[in-house]
Amino acid sequence: MSIFFIIFLSLTAVSGLIGAAFAVDNIFAFHSWLTVFVSLAFLFWGIKNYSNKPANQKRYLDGVVRYGIIATIIWGIVGFLVGIVIATELAFPEANLFKEMNFGRLRPLHTSAVIFAFCGNALIASSFFVVQRTTGARLALGNLSWFVFWGYQYFILLAATSYVLGSTQAREYAEPEWYIDIWLTIVWVAYLFVFLGTLFKRKEPHIFVANWFYLSFIVTVAMLHVVNNLAVPVSFFGVKSYSLFSGVQDALTQWWYGHNAVGFFLTAAFLGIMYYFVPKRANRPIFSYRLSIVHFWSLIFLYIWAGPHHLLYTALPDWAQTLGMVFSIMLWMPSWGGMINGLMTLQGAWDKIRTDPIIRMFVLSLAFYGMSTFEGPLMAIKEVNSLSHYTDWTIGHVHSAALGWNGMVTFAMIYYIVPKLWGKKEIYSLKWVGWHFWLATIGIVFYISAMWVSGIMQGVMWKSYNAAGFLEYSFAETVAAMFPYYVIRTIGGILFLLGSLLMAYNVYRTIRMTEEEEANIETVAETNMPATNVSATNAAEPVVATTNATKPGS
Amino acid sequence: MFKHEIIEKNATLLLVGSLFVVSIGGIIEIAPLFYLETTIEKVEGMRPYTPLELKGREIYMREGCYNCHSQMIRPLRDEVERYGHYSLAAESMFDHPFQWGSKRTGPDLARVGGRYSDEWQVDHLKDPKALVPETVMPKYGFLSATNLNYTLIEDTLKTNRIVGVPYTDAQIANAKQDLETQATLDGDELDGFEARYQKASARDFDGNPNAITEMDALVAYLQMLGTLVDFDLYDASANRR
Repeated sequence: MSIFFIIFLSLTAVSGLIGAAFAVDNIFAFHSWLTVFVSLAFLFWGIKNYSNKPANQKRYLDGVVRYGIIATIIWGIVGFLVGIVIATELAFPEANLFKEMNFGRLRPLHTSAVIFAFCGNALIASSFFVVQRTTGARLALGNLSWFVFWGYQYFILLAATSYVLGSTQAREYAEPEWYIDIWLTIVWVAYLFVFLGTLFKRKEPHIFVANWFYLSFIVTVAMLHVVNNLAVPVSFFGVKSYSLFSGVQDALTQWWYGHNAVGFFLTAAFLGIMYYFVPKRANRPIFSYRLSIVHFWSLIFLYIWAGPHHLLYTALPDWAQTLGMVFSIMLWMPSWGGMINGLMTLQGAWDKIRTDPIIRMFVLSLAFYGMSTFEGPLMAIKEVNSLSHYTDWTIGHVHSAALGWNGMVTFAMIYYIVPKLWGKKEIYSLKWVGWHFWLATIGIVFYISAMWVSGIMQGVMWKSYNAAGFLEYSFAETVAAMFPYYVIRTIGGILFLLGSLLMAYNVYRTIRMTEEEEANIETVAETNMPATNVSATNAAEPVVATTNATKPGS
Repeated sequence: MFKHEIIEKNATLLLVGSLFVVSIGGIIEIAPLFYLETTIEKVEGMRPYTPLELKGREIYMREGCYNCHSQMIRPLRDEVERYGHYSLAAESMFDHPFQWGSKRTGPDLARVGGRYSDEWQVDHLKDPKALVPETVMPKYGFLSATNLNYTLIEDTLKTNRIVGVPYTDAQIANAKQDLETQATLDGDELDGFEARYQKASARDFDGNPNAITEMDALVAYLQMLGTLVDFDLYDASANRR
């Protein structure tokens, strides 16, 4: 640990003490004390391990990636579990046992755990892995990447505890209060520095396509986070703040943020994962270099405009609603550009869907990506939205993307990356990967079909009139009709969780694998095909596909 | 001809280029909302929240009510018949943040004010199933047992003024008094309170005159939702956007 970190941790410990001394509410006092203890723990560890000798500089800094992958798996399980709890609460409201466990407080915990903790860790870890492999450079700025990792975990801890204890900005996917937002900003800027610094150090002339997506994700999320969370605290020693914007302006700012949390956190950055790991695993070059350029720029340009489709028929002025709807429909094309580029990368290697369960997961994730990016523009059409808005259809749409695309592509990435990180030739059991594939797939199908049915049914019931011209159903009747679908949804979630538990055990066995076990595990037979332009299967070599290899005419 | 290679070989260009491209949409869509005069309709009756309602709104947000209840009635036939006049932008002009919501696991609350009695609201919050057997809403009985913490109420109003809510000096100076007056109907200050907040009603909301509880605040907030704008005076055609 360098002297900078020791000074920094001393500062955070002191500011924690000051916060604890002057705190005007219990949650702020709790978080202040937590900051003191965590800072001191790291400080103690750092001083104990302090050394002036230059660290052993291996080619790549992979320790932080290993930690990130473990954190991804743990947070994933936590997020899925909380999801099952709140799904159960909707089916059986008696499950709202006490106020800290009420649906209203746990639902932000579920969304944050899955989006920011599970997906966020997967993105930070995979981006650190990919940027080193594709630049040939070690992560920049010494151990700053370790600060990014631990700082991000601390952000998650602060956010999660605050929701449960009753502190929130009440903005969907931006619930953490002002001081947690400031902390995340510091961590995120450090992340940008590490990533960009590594790009500056690169030994390859070209910046590999996956890194375009990662970089645009990092910089756009920084912009969205800062603008959407502008707020004035009631006291600098208390949790409560009031947002700078109000009403209609606030609504559009929030959904500009909210939709692009989807667009950049859950789409652009995950396309970065896709652009590195699918070609590596399939051992094929990326399908089209030109398509990757066109769809990258059009995707990031168009996504930003789509926010107003969350506010159709609301008090948002019509011109803004119309813009949101039109751009959402246009967004269909660049979204499918990414799907096509990913799927067609398997050209000449389609047999791997049968022989390699990891490729099967990648393909399924791309199929779900394509399906949900078609469904999204459809729901952004005003006439469709007048039925789908406020119903479970939206929840179904989100989960077909989050479970099917983000979940599956992350699982496949983990199965690929774990043996590489721990120096094994393959994951412990490919058969279990196949089981995970089916558990998750069936779980998703249960989940999304239940939500489609209940969502459309509820939308139609709300709009039903009887022969006398009165509304046919009371609101309570439409709630009662949801029950069987809420149960089916919970079962789907349980299947999905079981799959991820199997993955956790598989990863554990891989890390602990003995040489004897390793000699006997199943691997995927390499098929004989002309692997044009792909020079190596060694993980240390970048996939060269996007630069010259697939350039038309070369 | 432009070569994409130039951007691919320069990380700074890639960063600046991405940031430029992602800035355009937000600037064109959001910025005009702040200066176009048609964004927020001209209405009669809107006023800032009373201190008690504001605290109730904080509890509404703290408990995550927005996860299941919207506050935005769309101009569609069934919604107007079920919930009342469609929501106007003006009605949330003092909402920091907005609470329009995105999901109706429960019904819309934009105009729930005055629709049920205080007793109904309290009983329903304590045990929703007792009044609506089909409901999936959690119980909120603990609100009745928790005294409202309003030590920072003056700072809360000041903070609201910083972000643009037009609280007057008198409203800020009397914040604590007004809160207590509204919750306990303490006679002496009633006239001042009613002068400072039009259409505000002072009474013991939770049926427990001995304490100002979180239930008082939440019910006071729910009972004013959607009641401020005078729709007899509202001219929809003049506010076409």
